[in-house]
Amino acid sequence: MAAPRKSAGRPSPRLIFGDLWDFDPAPESADPKLKARYDLFIGGRFVRPRSGRTFDSINPGNERKLAEIALAGPADVNAAYAAAAKAFRPWAALPGRERGKYLFRIARLLQDRAREFAVAETLDGGKPIRESRDFDVPMAAAHFFYHAGWADKLEYVVPGASVSPLGVVGQVIPWNFPLLMLAWKLAPALAMGNCVVLKPAETTSITALKLAEILVDAGLPPGVVNFVTGAGETGAAVMGHPGAAKVAFTGSTAVGKAIMRQLAGTDRRMTMELGGKAANIVFDDAPIDQAVEGIVDGIFFNQGHVCCAGSRLLVQEGVADLVISKLRNRIRVLRVGDPMDKNTDLGAINSREQLATIRRLVAAGVREGASMYQPPCVLPEKGYYYPPTLFTGVTQSHRIAREEIFGPVLSILTFRTVDEAIEKANNTPYGLSAGVWTDKGSRILRMSTELKAGVVWANTFNRFDPSSPFGGYKESGFGREGGRQGLLDYASTA
Amino acid sequence: MSRLPITKTPKVYIGGAFVRSESARTFKVADAAGAFYANIPQCTRKDLRNAVEAAAKAGPGWAKRTAYNRAQILYRLAEMLEARSGELVQSLVRFGAREADASRGMAVGVDRLIHYAGWCDKYEQLLGSVNPVASAHFNFTVTEPMGVVGVIAPDSPPLLGLLSMIAPVIASGNTVVALASETVPYPSILLGEMLATSDLPGGVVNLLTGFRRELIPTFATHTHIRAVYAVAQGDDRRVLRLGAAESVKRVRFADKGRAQWFEASAQGLDAVRDFVELKTTWHPIGS
Repeated sequence: MAAPRKSAGRPSPRLIFGDLWDFDPAPESADPKLKARYDLFIGGRFVRPRSGRTFDSINPGNERKLAEIALAGPADVNAAYAAAAKAFRPWAALPGRERGKYLFRIARLLQDRAREFAVAETLDGGKPIRESRDFDVPMAAAHFFYHAGWADKLEYVVPGASVSPLGVVGQVIPWNFPLLMLAWKLAPALAMGNCVVLKPAETTSITALKLAEILVDAGLPPGVVNFVTGAGETGAAVMGHPGAAKVAFTGSTAVGKAIMRQLAGTDRRMTMELGGKAANIVFDDAPIDQAVEGIVDGIFFNQGHVCCAGSRLLVQEGVADLVISKLRNRIRVLRVGDPMDKNTDLGAINSREQLATIRRLVAAGVREGASMYQPPCVLPEKGYYYPPTLFTGVTQSHRIAREEIFGPVLSILTFRTVDEAIEKANNTPYGLSAGVWTDKGSRILRMSTELKAGVVWANTFNRFDPSSPFGGYKESGFGREGGRQGLLDYASTA
Repeated sequence: MSRLPITKTPKVYIGGAFVRSESARTFKVADAAGAFYANIPQCTRKDLRNAVEAAAKAGPGWAKRTAYNRAQILYRLAEMLEARSGELVQSLVRFGAREADASRGMAVGVDRLIHYAGWCDKYEQLLGSVNPVASAHFNFTVTEPMGVVGVIAPDSPPLLGLLSMIAPVIASGNTVVALASETVPYPSILLGEMLATSDLPGGVVNLLTGFRRELIPTFATHTHIRAVYAVAQGDDRRVLRLGAAESVKRVRFADKGRAQWFEASAQGLDAVRDFVELKTTWHPIGS
């Protein structure tokens, strides 16, 4: 495919607004009410780790230490499972109405402290405050609220069968949506009557431990929810613990496969929410300006740290030059910088390691012959930042078209026919999500039928709702989260 | 003078054709009295891969059939089995089943096909949903078949177990590569003949005979097999799960003892649900 040529047609218009005037800083100033040290949350209490070890949580926006987090060792994970096992029978035996009321309370208490949580999330994870304030925290509360209402209606979940909880569920979540992933995992498990041992991601433990404060305030019975913090070793202990009736994991496909191997000798039930390399497909009849906004949302939302990110843009040839030129202009005015600034579009990359991964894959893209565009932008001196990046001239065999980058890097390919779009979109071992931009409703449904992906967004991207099942095909995992279908993954039927 | 009967050469049913193993290997089966009965194809990994290819080829067409059409084809299969149930019962008895058991199993098997024929155009309304999202989108979740599903049938009951596992998988538009009972493979040879005369398109169901220990590792690791539905114990389970991890394959075990396959609880929506993917579409409303 051809990159837009300056000589062809009129020169692409340049937006100069952001070049001439800079925005004044607009920092969010609410108090995140952080503690200097966070202990484990086991049996309804904050307890020092038996391992005696801690690790630091760093603000990726400025590389300063935020808090000290307890490192859970095997004995701590054992204690968490013991507390959960003890809590299970009475919790499962509670009338659904009562379990539901706890979840409603949690939703409300989270809404009460929404801004405080948003600030904590942004400080700990690096995402723009606009996103944690307008998306992560309200959506987390919505998940508790939605599932609360299921707790006394479980006889309607499966027609012709009764459902019952599984027992203690082990859950491990990633760092890209720390509080939201936690809500996705906790709420359905609890509504069904399970108890939980959950490990947040190593770099983003704080909002989970703040939520523990809410669980205490809500009067949730001790042991129903337990948080053990730590890195991969702690995660493996949570996934591999014999006390788990089920494990649910969200993270990379590589780690998901490792967990599947780890548990191959057991009959443990599993939900796997793994990686993706979503195609975002723009047809020539699409509303182009809307599509450009959607492409930007699709790949630059949360710095591209999104498993369902629209990281492969497929544009129909007739509009490719136009779309690419509009995209270049659009990303020139994206504001990269302080996550706490309300005007920031792209915040900090979550960790030094992730930044290195992004750089490595971008270098591979350049080396393999794709052409890169990064707008001029000044990145803060401290902290982990990466500019929005477009690659044109990408072929399907390029690593940047095949591997999950998990960063603000968009690979652009073109197609001519509907069939070619389908073939290219499905040419990946992943199958989490896809996007379609067109004016034709019938084409949306055709594409949705043909695309091998668990979620298909039409004329939108990266939308979520607690009532809408989310999850992958193929190597993007199995099981669903959200909706009646997601709830069922935490139940046994008879 | 007594006439020497013509014996049948058992062949497996792959891609709508009756074939020997590509390896030309066979194994002997004897009847309950211990007398030689026939040489059964000892299918290899290559036969399994060929069967997967046939199943993959048949998949899109089968999945695109209307639910009503799939229902009628499953019903037609039941008609074929009912008409030849005497022969099937006889073959079960020849290899050691008690007459009453074989007859009852046959009746349950045919009724089970009809049960799943009826599910073809109903499960979607129970497994899918319209989701009330908080935005201007018509948001709905529908099922889709997973693709090629590997079925590893129990040794006993050889025919009822196989039928009970295949029917829910093809009802939703998947195609199947099945390994029949190792100890009593002959009824599956007969079943192949009945599949061929039903309206089931070639390749939708492929039946292999052979040794579990030779074929289970390939069922586990073949990346085009998207799910495995198996009766397996101990190390076989571990091998299947380990192999499945490499391509994030779905693995379900049917943990049923021999007697349980005869019960009504051995059938239902659960088995259909286990072999569909859920797809959620966000369709814009107005502008």
